[in-house]
Amino acid sequence: MSDTHAASVPYVRDTMLPQHAPPPTAQGPVKWVRESLFSSIPYTILTLAALYVIYLILSGFLPWLLGGVWTTSNIRECREVLDGVQAGCFSVLTERWNQLLFGIAYPQDGYWRPTLAFVLLFVAVSPVLFSNLPRGLILFTVIYPFIAFWLIWGGSLLVPLSALLAFVVAYVVYSRIVKTSFAGGLFAGLIAGIVTWFICGFITPSLSGVLALEPVASRNMGGFMLNMILGVICVSLSLPMGILLALGRQSSLPIIKLICVVFIEFIRGVPLITLLFVANVVLAYFLPPGTNFDLILRVIIMITMFASAYIAEVIRGGLAALPRGQYEAADSLGLDYAQAMRLIILPQALKISIPGIVNVAVGLFKDTTLVSIISMFDLVGMIRGPILASTDWNGVYWELWGFAALLFFVVCYGISQYSQWLERQLQTDHH
Amino acid sequence: MTTMSDPQQGSFRLSMLLNDTRYRSYTFQFIALILLIALMSFLGINLVRNLAEAGLNISYGFLNVPAGYDINQSLIDYNSQSSNLRAAMVGIINTLLVAFLACVTATILGVIAGVARLSKNWLVSKLMSVYVEIFRNIPVLIWILMIYTLMTAVLPAPNKFRGDNATSSMLFDAFAFTNRGIYIPAPVWGPGSMIVVATFVLSIIAAIIYRRYAVSLLFRTGKLLPMGWPTVAILLVPTIVMFFIMGSPIALDYPELKGFNFRGGLQIGAPLIALWLALSVYTGAFIAENVRAGIQAISKGQTEAASSLGLRPKRVMNLVVLPQALRVIIPPLISQYLNITKNSSLAIAVGYADITATLGGITLNQTGRAIECVLLLMLFYLTISLSISAIMNVYNNSVSLKER
Repeated sequence: MSDTHAASVPYVRDTMLPQHAPPPTAQGPVKWVRESLFSSIPYTILTLAALYVIYLILSGFLPWLLGGVWTTSNIRECREVLDGVQAGCFSVLTERWNQLLFGIAYPQDGYWRPTLAFVLLFVAVSPVLFSNLPRGLILFTVIYPFIAFWLIWGGSLLVPLSALLAFVVAYVVYSRIVKTSFAGGLFAGLIAGIVTWFICGFITPSLSGVLALEPVASRNMGGFMLNMILGVICVSLSLPMGILLALGRQSSLPIIKLICVVFIEFIRGVPLITLLFVANVVLAYFLPPGTNFDLILRVIIMITMFASAYIAEVIRGGLAALPRGQYEAADSLGLDYAQAMRLIILPQALKISIPGIVNVAVGLFKDTTLVSIISMFDLVGMIRGPILASTDWNGVYWELWGFAALLFFVVCYGISQYSQWLERQLQTDHH
Repeated sequence: MTTMSDPQQGSFRLSMLLNDTRYRSYTFQFIALILLIALMSFLGINLVRNLAEAGLNISYGFLNVPAGYDINQSLIDYNSQSSNLRAAMVGIINTLLVAFLACVTATILGVIAGVARLSKNWLVSKLMSVYVEIFRNIPVLIWILMIYTLMTAVLPAPNKFRGDNATSSMLFDAFAFTNRGIYIPAPVWGPGSMIVVATFVLSIIAAIIYRRYAVSLLFRTGKLLPMGWPTVAILLVPTIVMFFIMGSPIALDYPELKGFNFRGGLQIGAPLIALWLALSVYTGAFIAENVRAGIQAISKGQTEAASSLGLRPKRVMNLVVLPQALRVIIPPLISQYLNITKNSSLAIAVGYADITATLGGITLNQTGRAIECVLLLMLFYLTISLSISAIMNVYNNSVSLKER
């Protein structure tokens, strides 16, 4: 090769040139700016338009936010301090802080109780959310609902304690019998739990002063606390119910399947607000005369039913996505229906369904604002009712709505980011 | 489960109802049925007792009684002497109106945002993800109330347009943005206007026929007819000519400031606008995510294969990527439309007279017929939901990949 070349070409380079750095316009930030912002004329126009939009938003928003007043006690004082400058009266937030978070009627000296319950919530959910934490923490998750109930609703500690006792008894009985029969264990556990609860019911009323916090009625809950209570309770209750509904819908027993299909399709076909109307005005007709149900309890029942229908559909998708071979493998191992579902099918199906379940949970949390329409004073209800209607703060719209939007955004965005993180963690296939 | 036990020898024993998989399913279903019947009869008996105690009965006679309240935004004739049924009809039409408007704008917004989020322009794609995240993660009720506040508290009152030193002015002398709603010019249909409309409809049909013919000519002979300007010409020219032949029968009625308020034109109330805009931007963010997922679901190999066949980028999009992406996009899109329809029930929060606000709100409160009203309300939404999902199933079957 080189011989023939040497004869025909006067000069052939035989050493490599040292590598040069790319020209300054093709590397580093300059290259990035050129490629991602100004690669062509339409893109340049788009970039400039986007910059202008950002400028418009920031130039209106930042002075309003930074120049705001935080210390006045009503809107007239605030307007005086601002003296015609366009800026926010954030003092509504500082002055009505407790109302926004806890509602009007929650006892003032008891604000530490829901706050503590809220902080403990993070401790309780963390072993569920992060699998690398010590497993012993899960014990706290189990007892958390009882602590939270005691903290928020008050009353004697013995009431939630006896409920806990009933659950423990039920679990012990269940775990003894489940080795021979799942259904038997379930029923025996259920009966044992109910019996324990009744026995405790005879003892607790006489000891109502033991370790008692000041009791707070459900109708006194309000503010963002109410949104959190509804969101947390309804999501955690609707998950097991959703699993049962999904299994029922996939089952081969026609009557059970029919019941589940009708329930799911009915709930998914109507807006939540109609179900809340049912809780508000209709449900009382269907309960024994003289029953006095809390509105908050009726709302929890309705929202739980609503959420469980959606979660059931998500889990059904997960069940349908599993290859048939998994079901057949479970059968060929000789597992019965309960074992196959508990040990083989559900762990995989639930893993697939996590993003969908989180979506439902976020949607549900946002939908808890709808209770303001049936005149419950959640965060939105507080703002629309007592705060904007008061003469002190009539007209301070954007500070309040912005605050509400910010609270919901932080929670919902946080949950959805967690779900994306979890999806990456659970990816067992490498690609 | 499909497991089968060995056929039992001997006769049927009672314990087989629990232990034999052949009979156990009947036992379980029987128990479930008994429980369901027990629950239903418990609720039913309670209902009868409660109604008897309150001296009520289930009756739909209230639907024919005059409603006795006014509705500010109605597409059909309605006054306070009309029946409750008529009020419910107004509500249904208003629900469908806002749902339709919001579906259209949410789709436009969502497609633009979804495509822009995939843009190579860093700033634009980041701006769009900020839009999507902000609007998805804040409750739609808060958006509705915020936009309603914007409409009623920030926009000027009609009297601000008055006088020599008016602080507000109309846009192009045709549009007025006031805190009572937006006033736009309304078309006035004079005699002969129907002929103009008919001409326009015929032109649309003619344009479609022309495009079909051009495509079939292309496939048969390879001859390429121009598509763009003839379509526009067929659409517009006959209609314009007919418009002037008939002596300009369609005129615009401009809103004018008379006294304390605007007269003439078409008033779109603040509640409708708040609901419409809020549902659009909120659902638009969800649709943007669906669109993005749909486009990303089409593997890069498809685009590359199409380019290597010599298709131009626009053709690659129209002939290869979009048809496949639509298969992924349309089912979630339709469920978003369903969500819009269901979320439009939040109209009650801003006083827009949809079915929830008329039948489930004022009628319910005035007549006290809670059970009947809520039942009818649910029935209405259920009908819409089930018919849309039926349509969606038909569509899904028609576009799903045919596998052998």
